[in-house]
Amino acid sequence: MKPALFEYHAPRSLEEALTLKKEHGDEAKILAGGQSLVPAMNFRVVQPSLLIDLNRVNELSFIREDGNTIRIGAMARERHLEFDATIAKQTPLLHEAVPFIAHPQIRNRGTIGGSIVNADPAAELPVLMLALNARLKAKNKSGERWIDAQDFFVGMFTTALEPDEILVEIELPFSLPRTGWSFMEVAPRAGDYAMMGVAALVTLDEAGKCKAAKLVYLNAGDGPVNAVEAAKLLESEVLNDKLIETAASMASEKEINPFGNMHASADFQRHLAKVLTKQTLQKAARRAGEMI
Amino acid sequence: MTQVTLTINGQSYTRNVEPRMLLSDFLRHELGLMGTHVGCEHGVCGACTILVDGESARSCLMFAVQADGLSITTVEGLAKDKDNLHPLQQSFWEAHGLQCGYCTPGILMSMIPFLKQNPNPTEDEIRHALSGNLCRCTGYQHIVDAVKLASEKMK
Repeated sequence: MKPALFEYHAPRSLEEALTLKKEHGDEAKILAGGQSLVPAMNFRVVQPSLLIDLNRVNELSFIREDGNTIRIGAMARERHLEFDATIAKQTPLLHEAVPFIAHPQIRNRGTIGGSIVNADPAAELPVLMLALNARLKAKNKSGERWIDAQDFFVGMFTTALEPDEILVEIELPFSLPRTGWSFMEVAPRAGDYAMMGVAALVTLDEAGKCKAAKLVYLNAGDGPVNAVEAAKLLESEVLNDKLIETAASMASEKEINPFGNMHASADFQRHLAKVLTKQTLQKAARRAGEMI
Repeated sequence: MTQVTLTINGQSYTRNVEPRMLLSDFLRHELGLMGTHVGCEHGVCGACTILVDGESARSCLMFAVQADGLSITTVEGLAKDKDNLHPLQQSFWEAHGLQCGYCTPGILMSMIPFLKQNPNPTEDEIRHALSGNLCRCTGYQHIVDAVKLASEKMK
């Protein structure tokens, strides 16, 4: 239960961190909040030869408005997302979902960038990035690139980052007009990994018809699962219980691929997905309707 | 070995440590502050919870080198001496909020910031706030009572 030996660097600037990452590539692990990495190191599941601790790179801890977007530094703590007024106003889905991430003791240290790069299929933030159409900025020594969230998560605990790249910033577009939101999950106890979770967004047109919908699931496959077919069923329609039932069946039976675990069989996960899809869609549609 | 200087319960300490030394082990083995307990060592049980710059955190999920320059409060920092317990500790005493006591330091250090943020918690809110700390004696009801009592004492 103690980590293996490693070399430790705590750069003061991003530039310094990028130099180290270029030199050491995959041998070097980035230490962000450490709330997933350190347990894995304590178990010796992960034994990096070198750690690059970003906790002293102050330039990566920010949350700010920029035009119609919110920009968040990769080292912003989950606890800061939870209490940020701009996030509450402009991306209410994120505001609603963050308190579901583990416990305050974990959110005080855990970072948005760390959770995204960890790409745990059971984690909330990857799901939220997909639901919110986030763009993720990766940097290396020679430049930077923006990656759409839907291209970032490429598999279980696997992302599109290259060995010399560091995720530095997250850009979230403001919620669109007449857009309702809902996030729900079911966990054995508050703060535990959820057996199933859904983020739902519903955008209505001025007449109250569904213009666009989004349904993204956690613990439902080898990454965040975007149920595009179910969402399509809702487009251009006036949402009613029957339609929502059909979409929930489509998503839970055809689009997600839960593996089952010690707390919930795959069948039970699908059942939860169906129930949660209905509840989140109803809530999101109601909230959107209140904005017309 | 890396040199770290940090403030714990108002007192400054400087030590040389291996980077892999967990903060929880540093507190216990290097400094002899045995009040911080170690349970699961992967962030689940909450026994090792301390305050880092006033915010609760798992000391088993930080390396001691990361605490360089930070201000830490452990359970030893709550009471001046055994006759002057913190009202939260006094409440655990009076409401029988502990059996074996293993989980208690972590629970106290989780409840300090919780009660600061939410001075009038409902029973549901207290139960929710306790969800990040496991008690193997499963004496949760008395723990809930103790936190409730503390919230009244600390008004």
